[in-house]
Amino acid sequence: MTFSPQLEERFAKMLAAYPEGRKRSAVVPMLIYAQDETRAITPELIEEVARRCEVAPLQVDEVVGYYSMLHRQPLGKYHVQVCTNISCLLVGGEELYEHAKKKLGIGHKEVTADGQFSLEEVECMGACSWAPAVEINYDFHHHVTPEKLDQLIDALRKAQSMPHDGQ
Amino acid sequence: MKTLYNEPSPLETKVLSKRFGLEGSETLDVYLANDGFKAFLKAREMSPEQIIDEVKASALRGRGGAGFPTGLKWSFVPRTSPKPKYIVINGDESEPGTCKDRLLMEYDPHQLIEGILIAGLAMDAHKGYLYIRGEYRYLIEHMDRAIAEAYSRGYLGKNIAGTGFDFDLYTHSGAGAYECGEETALLDSLEGKRGIPRMKPPFPAVAGAWACPTLLNNVETFSAVPAILRDGGAAFAALGTPKNGGTRLVCISGHVNKPGVYELPLGYPMLKAIYEVAGGIPGGKKLKAVVPGGSSCPILKADECDIPMDYDTLAKAGSMLGSGGMVVLDETTDMVKFALRIMRFYAHESCGWCIPCREGTTWLRKILQRFHDGGGRREDIALLGELSKNMLGRTFCALGDAAAMPTISIVEKFAEDFEKRLASLMVAAG
Repeated sequence: MTFSPQLEERFAKMLAAYPEGRKRSAVVPMLIYAQDETRAITPELIEEVARRCEVAPLQVDEVVGYYSMLHRQPLGKYHVQVCTNISCLLVGGEELYEHAKKKLGIGHKEVTADGQFSLEEVECMGACSWAPAVEINYDFHHHVTPEKLDQLIDALRKAQSMPHDGQ
Repeated sequence: MKTLYNEPSPLETKVLSKRFGLEGSETLDVYLANDGFKAFLKAREMSPEQIIDEVKASALRGRGGAGFPTGLKWSFVPRTSPKPKYIVINGDESEPGTCKDRLLMEYDPHQLIEGILIAGLAMDAHKGYLYIRGEYRYLIEHMDRAIAEAYSRGYLGKNIAGTGFDFDLYTHSGAGAYECGEETALLDSLEGKRGIPRMKPPFPAVAGAWACPTLLNNVETFSAVPAILRDGGAAFAALGTPKNGGTRLVCISGHVNKPGVYELPLGYPMLKAIYEVAGGIPGGKKLKAVVPGGSSCPILKADECDIPMDYDTLAKAGSMLGSGGMVVLDETTDMVKFALRIMRFYAHESCGWCIPCREGTTWLRKILQRFHDGGGRREDIALLGELSKNMLGRTFCALGDAAAMPTISIVEKFAEDFEKRLASLMVAAG
């Protein structure tokens, strides 16, 4: 498998970061960065990471099952993560999550039919003092109200329906 | 001035966060213009023993949650070992209620880097790994930029600032696992495995990353080190109370008018933090309870909160200062629902290695869910307490205890809420 030049550069740095003979250490970071490009952890990707990190594919496979951000099925292009843990719960996190379900028409870990959005009720993401919090892909949003979430989702939908710039 | 996530409070004592509002606080130039790397140059003239003594004198205690004396932890690493020694920085920040390491990395990455370098001098270590939770991708990239800037200006790499000291620092991404905040699970994760806790001893100081001596501290702990070396351990200690040195970033969330992260000295009165720093409870409602230091800590009832926030007072009150995540609950809070949400979290995050934790959290979640949904029985209240108590001390790491302790405290202190839920069901059932 080949990845974008930027990712290949990152992987080269990653493998050089750990002590001699410890390439296995790159397994988790390599998987999460690769997933951004491949959209999911496929069997082919597991083989590739195993080859690059010099471990057996099974040693990569067992890791995939453990970490909650690694996904074997593709997520939506925009993965909407709503926190309902205690700090968010106290200030409307649950209601926000219910609103997100209705707005997107999907439930926990589901993807919209057009593949644009997926939804996940997540555990604490470290935004407790600015709750309720939502993370869309890797972007944090603080003090999110149902109205603000609608605006965020509508803006992403609109961006999606714009014509592509020749790519 | 730059916009922060929350307005600072005039009641803060700003030591670690003193550069937070400065324009360009994340750049090396602003750091250097505001005391940056003075501490490193001073430490370079000291022996490792002197550095460790200064940290001991500061009475700094681990900010990740356990509150272990940092200087003592530093003294456990065998500096003369022929094996390579590593510095590992815990930026996995995942304890519900905690959101401070984010700010330390975002607003002052070079303070963290300097703290790591001073630890490197004290340990005779030349490599460091900054483990950052996967959800903080923007911070991994942010730290990568800060690290690249430090390399380009000679503050990382070979012959740092002309002192002849070499140190390499790398970021390492997690991928979603609360358990990886536990130090030995973090090390397994760093080695490319599932994050499963290790048997202790050996402690990481002796056999940590790749079975080599390893110093592992929280982001905030390392971020406090430059101030300690620059101004002296005694000066830092004097900010707090005996054996509880310095300031810490307290993350106040929940039912307060001004939730935010505020830097307060150890021993700061809890009620003052709630009512003055965080602006009190919205709508003039009454305080019901406080989770003092992240979801793992036993809950305090309102009448138990008139105490100073230091590790020892919290321990005496039967709770913990934890990771600084202070969650405030007003009188309207449904404690059954709150206990359930905590247990859903621990059941989800249990790594499954130890059966009392894996099974215990699952059964507690099921019982709490049933109780919450209206299928509760009176004997469930005692069962929740008994099950939780049977988990205590029976697991490799503290996750089992972290799930059990808040549950025991909620069931005991708010039994009335559980009774009320039962009574309302009986009325509903006629």
